[in-house]
Amino acid sequence: MKPLHSRRFGRHWVVALAASLVAAAALAEVGQIKVAKGQVSVERNGQALPGQVGMLLESADVLRTGADGSVGITMRDNSLLSAGPNSILSLERFEFDPTTSQGRFDARLQRGTLSVVSGRIAKQAPEAMTVRTPSAVLGVRGTEFVVSTHD
Amino acid sequence: MTSLLRHVAALALAALLAACAAPQGSVVLLPDKDGKNTAVVVTQGTQQVPLTQPYAAAHLTSGGPQAYQSSAQEVQTTYAAALAARPLPPAQFTLYFVEGKDEFTEESKKIIDGVFAEIAKRPVPDVVVIGHTDKVGTDVFNDALSRQRAEVVRNALLARGIAVDKVVTIGRGKREPVVPTAEGVAEARNRRVEIQVR
Repeated sequence: MKPLHSRRFGRHWVVALAASLVAAAALAEVGQIKVAKGQVSVERNGQALPGQVGMLLESADVLRTGADGSVGITMRDNSLLSAGPNSILSLERFEFDPTTSQGRFDARLQRGTLSVVSGRIAKQAPEAMTVRTPSAVLGVRGTEFVVSTHD
Repeated sequence: MTSLLRHVAALALAALLAACAAPQGSVVLLPDKDGKNTAVVVTQGTQQVPLTQPYAAAHLTSGGPQAYQSSAQEVQTTYAAALAARPLPPAQFTLYFVEGKDEFTEESKKIIDGVFAEIAKRPVPDVVVIGHTDKVGTDVFNDALSRQRAEVVRNALLARGIAVDKVVTIGRGKREPVVPTAEGVAEARNRRVEIQVR
């Protein structure tokens, strides 16, 4: 790596600034539905939206699957969460700085079955990711596990 | 067996049944592909059970987590649908930069072909381009440089037809070297760009 010429460096700052503005605009997205089968809905601000492949997810979204439903999501930190039938999964809190990998991810399985592969947030700081059920808190040190909970 | 022993055995069995009487769910640690640093700590109230081995498991009960050993078969029975819905893991590619140059080598062009093959496998692909530097210079300098390297790769992907909104760039600066070095050390293997197809 060689020191960049100062004028070029100035131009790069503009590019960097533009990139961070794009990042800020995209900050509301915490993940995306990559797999959906059967009945899947996403509750956001009190509204139930159909959960379709490609849908972008936001912090505080609640995913619900029907008796024939299942859903798989990829989070911005590469965490993979997938829920089986009759499940309720809340993305309670998701914060992620892609430059430092620091963040916070709290998910809650209210009901049903869930498979988890943790991502960059848990890798960076093992205390930074939890999955809760109505009766338990799971501290995620990495990487793959499954959890089920009944009403 | 004396009647006292029978009594004790019956009580122990009753206690065990009571603990299992109200199963509220379960947790099973799965084998990790890397086979290291994998664990889940299950907490209910003041009771904790760490799961650290493949298929180590806990029943969640009103009496706290009850450790047990699960199996691949049990996991498949209970979690088949959830596991079948798991998204494809991100596919990773790495391009190395010739010092002071932005153009791709022949090798790198082949890697880009691999990126497009992965994109074709996925119904809603998105691509993350992550630039890295070696440990020469400050964080501010390297953050900007790593983002610039990522932009170069992003532009190459855009030139080959990926939609603009499908590619994001990240500059990790010098935080994640492949080859650990002291500050200020120039190391070609750390000057790289990772492409993740998700």
